[in-house]
Formats: sequence, structure tokens, C-alpha cells
Amino acid sequence: MGKYVIRRILLGLIVLLGVVTITFVIARMIPSDPAAKWVGPRATPQQIEEAKIELGLNDPLPVQFANYVIDLTQGNLGRSLRTHQPVVEDLKAYIPPTLELVLLAFLMAIILGIPLGIYSAKMKDKFLDHASRLFSIGAVSLPTFWVALFFQLIFYRMLGMFPLGGRISAETTILYEIPRVTGLLIFDSMITGNWVILKDALWHIILPCITIALYPIGLVARMTRSALLEVLNEDYITAARSYGLKEKFVLWRYALKNTLGSTAIVLTLSLGYTLVNTFLVETIFSWPGLGNYVATSVVTLDYPSIMGVTIFSAATYILLNLIADIIIAMDPRIRL
Amino acid sequence: MEKNKFIETLKPRFKELKFSLYLLNRNWLTKVSFYIVILLILLATFSQAISPFPGHIMDEANVSQKLLPPTSTNIYGTDELGRDIFSRVLYGTRVSLTTAILSVGLALLIGIPLGAIAGTLGGWIDEVIMRITDVFLSFPPLLLAIALVSILGPGLGNAMIAIALSWWPWYTRLVRGQAISLKERKFVQAAEAIGTPTWKIIFRHIVPNTVSPVIVQASMDMGGVILTVASLSFLGLGAQPPIPEWGLMISTSRNYFPDAWWYSIFPGLAIFITVLVFNLLGDGLREILDPKTRKN
Repeated sequence: MGKYVIRRILLGLIVLLGVVTITFVIARMIPSDPAAKWVGPRATPQQIEEAKIELGLNDPLPVQFANYVIDLTQGNLGRSLRTHQPVVEDLKAYIPPTLELVLLAFLMAIILGIPLGIYSAKMKDKFLDHASRLFSIGAVSLPTFWVALFFQLIFYRMLGMFPLGGRISAETTILYEIPRVTGLLIFDSMITGNWVILKDALWHIILPCITIALYPIGLVARMTRSALLEVLNEDYITAARSYGLKEKFVLWRYALKNTLGSTAIVLTLSLGYTLVNTFLVETIFSWPGLGNYVATSVVTLDYPSIMGVTIFSAATYILLNLIADIIIAMDPRIRL
Repeated sequence: MEKNKFIETLKPRFKELKFSLYLLNRNWLTKVSFYIVILLILLATFSQAISPFPGHIMDEANVSQKLLPPTSTNIYGTDELGRDIFSRVLYGTRVSLTTAILSVGLALLIGIPLGAIAGTLGGWIDEVIMRITDVFLSFPPLLLAIALVSILGPGLGNAMIAIALSWWPWYTRLVRGQAISLKERKFVQAAEAIGTPTWKIIFRHIVPNTVSPVIVQASMDMGGVILTVASLSFLGLGAQPPIPEWGLMISTSRNYFPDAWWYSIFPGLAIFITVLVFNLLGDGLREILDPKTRKN
């Protein structure tokens, strides 16, 4: 087990190095002059030349790559060509809002997806089961950016229930001091007891969060359903039933426990897709997160920030895969 | 005599095919989605001929009629240049299906040979190829495509290349698995014994035998690829005006949203229905072809 985990971690690091290499190659192929972008449109040729030396663009490519990797190990992702800030600082500002959306969406997926899966397993081949299958496939087929617009049309324009976008109302930011502990607004306002801000933040997050949660809800429901159906056929369930245990007890205490592992894995692996959905949704709800940051960076060809976000997302994905593999390995039924 | 024998060997295959069709017919959801996919292909083929305003598909402007809500002449309304949205959405079927087919085709062109080589040769070549696929698979799907399009420059053709470059590893994994089991089969070993060169074994014996699972997988991926194309175009990285691409139409419609709601709603519905039927069909196909669920 220990040996397996170490081997997986090493493999993960090799893959991460590969990710960095590919991102570096992509960034160096972008047909634009980073030095010219750095000094701005009115710079003299001499200033551009100086910027080239400052940014290390005159070094041979292998040297540039080595420097980039060394910088990375020290947590330095370079400077954004647009904001002139270190990319790491930018990421620190933009990651919490995105994380808040993703975490809340996953929470919804667990709260709604697992019961939905249980009921459709109980009602196998009945109406609810078919409806939940259709919902899960439908959720994967929906263009997220369009759902976001659709929600705005109904809940903002027609019903006036929720705001058009943003993370918090302008008035609230003026009247109250925004608590900054972790950067997760909902969590921060909860621990500091700031109920006005909490209410405002929740009011703003609901629409983007539901839009993002649709996909993981469907996924969790389907996974719970199929895992539960498999488990319910096992001998130990038949044995528990023949002892005369109540069906509810068998389902919740005996069967469900054995499905949680696979649900956790599916949820972990769905992060890649969910993250990209979050990026798209952010651009529509003007959510100040990574998605908006990437969208602006792509337009301005600000390659250090595109690379930063790409490497960050891939690293998170690799880490979660690693965790999923370790969860699988911890299962005593599997021998490695 | 020879001919009869040949037919004899084909009989079990026909039986299985007939059984598959029977299973397809039994699940109404899969059946309906199968017919809608056929209908979509027909619509894509004849979209120009059946469109009520063929001129509006590209950039024939009619500004006096701009942003009209749905009526009996323009059942989906008109856009900012007064073009009939129905005609454009209809033609969008052709754009999306063609783009998706070409992207998947390109991904297959990269993925199949690499997978066959990795699986057949094994050893360090296998190790290297599989680690490269691991690297590509650890990028969140759309993000790699976004990064690639930003080098290649926006456009439908470049979007296709970017999608293919982020999709091929799935096919490499699939074909590698097939190749590993195929190379133990008698006909491959016989070919080896008579001294057939390795490249010939890979491309004449291994690759053709992996075709059917690969085609099934590729058809299941169509929905996802169509959605990716639309997302890239929505971000301004895929199709460029005046191409009537659904994602691009939704992106443009945001300037007139929410007043001109019809402009956003109909292209989105088109994406949703197309992706949904492909996913339902793929899901059904998986159930039909999976030996575990096939028999009951």
C-alpha cells in the first residue's frame, strides 16, 4: 500500500512535469511579442530590447524552460503581461471565488444527487427512474453558458427574484466591511457573524451555482443508482433481509455505505469538467473568478496568466486523481 | 462450396447484428434518439435547400427587419441584421455535425496508430506513449483547447485541430487495450511466425480489428465534441461571423439580451437537442453492446 502510494505520487509528478512542458511549448508558440506587450504600444525599439533582456527572452529556449521550472518550484509563475502583477498574486485573488462556486455546487450534488440516486434505484424501471436517467443525460447535454442565460431570462428578467450577476451588491460593499479570512465570502461572513453580507452573497451565488451543479447532480445520482443496484444483489443484503431487518435499515446502514466510495470517486473525477463549466458560467454572471481572468487573458494573449491557470487547473486535477486512486487502494476488498 | 463456407462463418455475426437491432428497438428512448439523429443528418445535408431564406444563412442583411420576435414568416424571429434565425439555426446543424465529425476523425487519425503501436510493441515505447496520454488527459478538457486556439488563432478549422489534439488520448487508450489482447490471438502469432514485418502486423492485422469498438466510442463522443465546438465559438475562439454556428449565435445574441430572448433561446435549444440525442444514442449503444447487460 505504502509503496503503491509513493509510486502514484512519483507518477503524478512526472505527469505534472509533462503538463508544464506542454504549457511552456504552447506559450512560446503564441504569435505575439511578449516584450512589446510588456512595455506597451508606445515603447521605443530600445525599450522593447531592454524588456526582452529583463524577461529573459534572449536566452536559449532550454535555458528559459529550466528557469521557468526552477521558478515554478519556488511558487513563481511569472508576471502577467496585462496587470504587471505576479501571476501567483492574481491567482490568489481569483481562485477563492471560483472555489466557492465549485464547492457549493459539489455540496448540492451530494445533498440532491445521492437521495435522487437512492430513489431511482428503489423505483427501478418506474417513472422516477426514467425521469432521473433523462435528467442525468440531459444535464450533460446542456450547454452551460446557455443555461446561465436562460436562468437570467427567467429569474432576473421575468421574475426579478435574483440579481443579473456579480458576487455581492454594490450597496453592501459600501455600507458594510467585507470580511476577509479565507476569501470564501459565504464562509467568512458566517464565521464573523455578518448575516447581511451572508444573505447578499447567497442571493448572488444561487443562480450560477445551480447552473454548475446540474452536471454533478446528474452524475452522482446515476452513480449512486448503479452502485446501489449492484450492492443490493449481494448475498450479505439478502442475509440481512432474511434476518428480518427493516428495508430502510438495510438500505441506509448496510447498502449505502458500500456505494459511497464510488460516488466520491465519480465526484472527484468530474472536477475537470465542472471547472471548465464554472469558467463559462463566470463570464456570464460577471463572477470575479478564474474564468473571467482566463477569458480576458485569452483576448489580450497574456500568456503567463493563461499558463498559470492551465497549470493550476491541471495540478488540481492530477492531485484529485491521486486522491481518488488512494481511496480505491484503501478499499480492503482490493489487493494491489 | 467455398462460398457457402464463407456464408456459414458470417451467420453468427448476422445473428448478433439482428439481436442488436432487436435490443435497439426494445428501448424506446434509444430508438427515438436513433431516428432523430438520422433526421438531423438529413436536415444537415439538405439545410440549404429547405431553408426559407437561403440568403440569410451567411451575411445578406435586411436591417429594416432587425430583431423581430417570432412570427409566422420568421418562426424563430430575426437577428441584429434582420436575418431569419430559423434558416441560420437550420444551417448550423450542418456546421456543427461537419465540425464534430472532422474533429473526431482527426483525433482518430492520431489516436489509433499510437494506441496500436503502444499495445503491440509494449516495453518502453508503450510506457512513453501512455505517459504522454496521461499528460494530455490531465488538462481539463476545454482548457487545453482554449490554450491551443490561442496559439493557432481563432477560427473553425483551428478549433477542430485543437479539439482533436485534446481528444486523441482516449482513442489511444482504447486501441492499446484492444491491441494487447489481439496480439495474443492465433492469427497475429501466425503472421509473426511467417516473418511478417511488425509495421505490417500493426496496420494490416491489429488496426482493422479495433475498428468496431473505436467507431462505437467515436459515435458516443459526438455529443461532447459538438458541445465543445459550441463552447469555443461562444468564447469567440471557434467559428467567426458570418458562419451560422450555434455557439457563436448565442455569443452575439448576448448584446441584445434579454430583450431579444428568441435570439439566444433557439440556437441553444438546437445545441441541447442535438447533443442530447447523440448522448442518449451513445448510452443506449453502450448498454446494447456491453456483454454484461446484453443478455437480460
